[in-house]
Amino acid sequence: MASLVGSRVERKEDGRFITGKGRYTADINIANQTHAVFVRSPHARAKIKGVDTTKALKSSGVVGVLTGKEIAEDKIGGLIAGWAIRSEDGSEMKVPANPPLAKDIANFVGEPIAVVFAETLDEAKEGAEKVKVDYKVLKAVVDPAEAMKSETIHDGVEKNLCYDWLLGDRKAVDEAFAKADKIIKVDLINNRLVPNAMEPRACVVDYNTASEEITLYTTSQNPHLSRLVMSAFGGVAPENKLRVVAPDVGGGFGSKINVYNEEIVCSWASKKIERPIKWVAERTESFLTDTHGRDHVTHAELAVTNDGKFLGFKNETIANLGAYARVFGTVTPTYLFGPCATGVYVIPAAYSNVKAVYTNTAPVDAYRGAGRPEATYTIERLVEKAAMELGIDRTELRMKNFPTQFPFKQTLVHTVDSGDYVAGLEKAKQMADYEGFEARRKKSEANGKLRGIGVSSYFEACGIAPSAAVMSLGCGVGLWESAEVRFNPTGQISVFTGAHSHGQSHQTTFAQIAADELGVPMENIDVVHGDTDKGTFGMGTYGSRSLTVGGIAIVNACKKIVAKGKRVAAKMLEVNEDEIEFKDGEFVALKSNKKKTIGEVAFACYLPGQRDEMKSPIPEGDEPGLIESSFFDPANFSFPAGSHICEVEIDPDTGNVKVEKYTAVDDFGRIVNPMIVEGQVHGGIAQGIGQALHENTQYDETGQLMTASYMDYTMPRADNFPEFNLGFTCTHATSNPLGVKGCGEAGAIASPPTVMNAVIDALGGQEISMPATAEKVWKACKKIKKSNAKAA
Amino acid sequence: MKSFNYHAPKDVKDASKLASSSSAFLAGGMTTIPSMKLGLASYKDVIDIKNIKKLSGIKVSGKTVTVGATTKHVEVASSKEVQKAIPALAKLAGNIGDAQVRNRGTIGGSISNNDPSACYPSACMALNAVIHTNKRKIDAEKFFVGMFETALKNGELVEAIEFQIPEKADYQKHPNPASRYAIIGVFVAKHKKDVNVAVTGAKSCVYIDKDLSKKLSSSFSAAAIEGMEVKSSGMNSDMHASAEYRANLVSLYAKKAVEAC
Repeated sequence: MASLVGSRVERKEDGRFITGKGRYTADINIANQTHAVFVRSPHARAKIKGVDTTKALKSSGVVGVLTGKEIAEDKIGGLIAGWAIRSEDGSEMKVPANPPLAKDIANFVGEPIAVVFAETLDEAKEGAEKVKVDYKVLKAVVDPAEAMKSETIHDGVEKNLCYDWLLGDRKAVDEAFAKADKIIKVDLINNRLVPNAMEPRACVVDYNTASEEITLYTTSQNPHLSRLVMSAFGGVAPENKLRVVAPDVGGGFGSKINVYNEEIVCSWASKKIERPIKWVAERTESFLTDTHGRDHVTHAELAVTNDGKFLGFKNETIANLGAYARVFGTVTPTYLFGPCATGVYVIPAAYSNVKAVYTNTAPVDAYRGAGRPEATYTIERLVEKAAMELGIDRTELRMKNFPTQFPFKQTLVHTVDSGDYVAGLEKAKQMADYEGFEARRKKSEANGKLRGIGVSSYFEACGIAPSAAVMSLGCGVGLWESAEVRFNPTGQISVFTGAHSHGQSHQTTFAQIAADELGVPMENIDVVHGDTDKGTFGMGTYGSRSLTVGGIAIVNACKKIVAKGKRVAAKMLEVNEDEIEFKDGEFVALKSNKKKTIGEVAFACYLPGQRDEMKSPIPEGDEPGLIESSFFDPANFSFPAGSHICEVEIDPDTGNVKVEKYTAVDDFGRIVNPMIVEGQVHGGIAQGIGQALHENTQYDETGQLMTASYMDYTMPRADNFPEFNLGFTCTHATSNPLGVKGCGEAGAIASPPTVMNAVIDALGGQEISMPATAEKVWKACKKIKKSNAKAA
Repeated sequence: MKSFNYHAPKDVKDASKLASSSSAFLAGGMTTIPSMKLGLASYKDVIDIKNIKKLSGIKVSGKTVTVGATTKHVEVASSKEVQKAIPALAKLAGNIGDAQVRNRGTIGGSISNNDPSACYPSACMALNAVIHTNKRKIDAEKFFVGMFETALKNGELVEAIEFQIPEKADYQKHPNPASRYAIIGVFVAKHKKDVNVAVTGAKSCVYIDKDLSKKLSSSFSAAAIEGMEVKSSGMNSDMHASAEYRANLVSLYAKKAVEAC
C-alpha cells in the first residue's frame, strides 16, 4: 500500500468551501434568538461617568441592555494574560484588570461599554444608538516609544510598563563588543498589523433553561481553551455546563486565540435574558477590536570582525501591548521573540531586552509568526547591513556563521535538533539564479529602474510546546495535545483532535496520517474537531503546532489501536501475539499466513463472544470496544528553517516597488502533504510581503484608528505578487516520530526581511521603514538622484 | 441600515416627482449603499432609477459620444464604439475599482457623487462634456462644484453625459493601493484647437491644470512639459500621499499620458 504521507492528496475541505457549503458561526441561527450590538467607546481614553440605558430600553424591539455595572455585580471575570513574565529585577509583570464591559474607564477606541439585545439586528443597532454614555475624555497615550514618559493609563502600572525583561548576559555581550572590529547598528520599527481574517469574529449562544447548559458557537482557534478560560477565570459556567463549538472558521492568524469580551458577555447574558443571542462583528469592529500584531520599536547591534565573524548581539526593544495584556500578548515579545533573535548563527554572546508598554490602542497579541518575524527582521537586517559594510557577499557571510553541527545549542535558549542551513541557502541561490543578478540589475538600470536583491535565512521555534519548558517560563497551561481514535463497529473511524482547523486542512492531513498508521483508505476516516462535547480536550491551533503536537497524538493513539488489535487478532487466529505482524491494514499470522483485517478486528472488539461462525473472543484483560486516546507532550520545539531570496524593481519616478522574483527554500522536516504545505508557504509569504510593502496600521495622536477599513488599510492582492518559486530541503525532526516540523508561520517569518533587504539594496543601502510604500521609496530615490547629480 | 421606502419608477418624470430633501437616487449603489450600511447616510426614500430604460446606453455621432447615466462601467469599457471613438474613455472605465464595481457602478452615479478621487470627472472635464439632466444641460466645468458637490439641484437627475470626441486622448492613474481609487488621475485630451489636462485625486475637486494645458496646446509633446514643476499648494495631503508626492505624480502622469496618446 502506497504511503499517503508525502502525497499531494486533494483537500477534503475544498468541496464544501468552494461551493458555499461551509458552516460558519454566522450561518447558525437558533429559534427565538436575539441580536446583540455593542456600544463601544469612540474615545481612546475616557472616564465613564455614567451610562444611561433608559431610552434604549424603551426602543422598539429591545429585549435588554447590560452594562459594566451588571457584569461586575455578577462577578464575571475579565480577559486574561496567559503568561506571567518577570522583569530583569525579578518583579512580576503588571497586568491591569480587563473587564468584559468597561465600567469606569475606556482604554481604546472600540472597547465595549454596554450591549443591547433586540429582536432584530436593526432594532439592536437603533437601541445601541440610544444608550447614552457620559465620557470625560482624557489624553491618550498612543506612541509606544513615548509611553514610558507619558501619563499613566492604568492605576498601579508605573510608566505604563508591564515588564522590563532580559534574556541573555549583558556582561558577556559588553566583552564581546569590546573585541569587535566593527559594530553594525539598526533602528527598526516592526509595523503594527491588523490580522484581517476573512471571516469576522462572531458568536451565537444558546442557553438551555432545562439543563442549564450554555452552548457557545464561536470563531475560535481553540474552543477547549476558550471553555477553560471562560469557566475558570470568567466564572460564566462550570466547564461541564459550558459547551464551546468552533465550526468552520475562516482564518485566525492568531487573532482568534483570545477569548474576547463579546463571547463572555453574550454567554453570561444569554443565561440572564433566557434567550439565545447572536452577534457578528462588522468589518470595522474587526479592525478596531481584533487583537493586532507586531508593533515593536527596536535598536539592535551586531559585533563583527573584519573577516565577518559574528561576536555578539544586543537588542533593545519596546513592544506595544496595546491597552491590555491578552493571552499570548506578554509572551510574544519575550520568549517567542528573544530566543530567536540571534537567528541561524553562532553568536557567542547575546542579549535581548524588551520593555512592554501599555498604550490606548487595540490590544496586541500573537499574529502569524508571533515574535519570530520580529526577531528575524532584526537579525536579518543586521546581517545584510553587515555584509554591505564589510564588503562580503551576503550569502557568504551567512554561511560563515551558520552552525555546522546538529544538535545546535543556540545562544540563548533553544537546542535545535536538526537542520542543514548551508544546503538550504545553496539551493535557494541556485533556484533564484543568484549569480545572474548583476546582469538583471544592469538590464533594469538600462530601463531607468532600480533593482535590488535581498536574502534572509531564518529558523524559528514552533510546534509549541513542551509543557514543562513553557510552564517554567511562565505559561499558565501545558501545551500538549490530545487525540482519540474511535473505531466504529462497522469499520469507519472517527479521529478526534484537540487541534482546530481554520484553514490548515486538518481533515485532509490528519486523515492521511491516520490512514497510513491504520492501513485503511482515507475515505474511512473522519477528522472531528472544534467541539468540546466531541473529543477529550485540546489546546488548539497556533504556533505551527497542529501537526507536530496534535498529529503525533493521533499517531500515538493509532499505535495503541494497532497494539490492541494485535492482541485481539492473535486470539482470533489462535497464535501468540508476537507471531502477528500488522501491515497495510491486516494482522497476519506469520507462520500460517492467516489474516484478519483491522475492520474485522474492530468488529470483533464490539461483538465479543462466539456464535456459529462468528468467533471473536476478547483476550483476557482487554475490554470490548476499540477506542484509544493519547495526550502527546513534545520533548522539544520544532525548528523549521530556510533561506528566502527576493528581487524587487523600483520605479524611481513613482516609488512603486514590484516584487519581481521570490524564491523560498524551507526545511519542514518530513512533509505530509506537499500541496498543502505549499499553500501555507504561499499564504505566509503573501502576509510577509503585505507587512513589508503594504500594510500600514495608523492611529492618529488622539488614538483614532485611521486605517479602519479596506479603503485605507492596504490588503495585498494577487496582482501584488509574482509567482513564488518554492523548494524544500528535508532534515527530519528528531523530537517526534513523524520527523515533521511546523510550516504554518515560516513564510510570514522569513519574507519581511527578505523583501526589505531587497528594497534597501535597490536604494543603495538607504534604510527605510516598513511598509516601504511608494511615497517613502520615492523620497529615498530622490536622495539618490540628488547625490548622483552631485557626484556628476 | 435604517429602513427606507424603495421606489422603482419607470420614467424620469415619476422619479423626479418622488424626490425630496430626504431622498436619494440609486443607480449602481456603489457609494450610496455602503454609506447607508455604515450609518453615514440615511434616506426616507430611495429612488432606484435602473428601470428607466432611456437612461442607459451609448450613442456615438460624428463629434460626440453620449453615455446614458445608468450605463455601467463595464459597458463603457467593452463598447466597441467607445473603444473606437474615445479609446481613453473605455480604458478609464475598464480600470475603475474592481470587476464587481464595474459590473454595477454607473457613470451617472460616479459624476453625481463627485468623489474627489473618482476617475470619470476628469474625463468629463478634459473631453468638454455636457451633462444632460432632466432640467437642463450643464457644462462639465460648471457641473463639478466642490468635494462631493455638484451643480445638481434637488430632484435634478443626470440623464446622459455627452463627450466631445478628441483627436487624441489618454488617461493615466496612480491608484491608491488600498481602495484603488485615484491618488492621482490625469486625463489628457487633444482637441482641434486646444489641449485639456484634467486632474482628479489631487485636490478637493477635479480641475483643469491650466499651465500644463497651455504648454501642451502650443506644443503637444512630452518634451514640452518636461521639467515643468506642478505646484503642490492646495493639494490634498493625507496618510496615503503628501501634497508634494501628488504634485510630482501630476507632472509625471501628464507626461505619461501625452506619450501614450
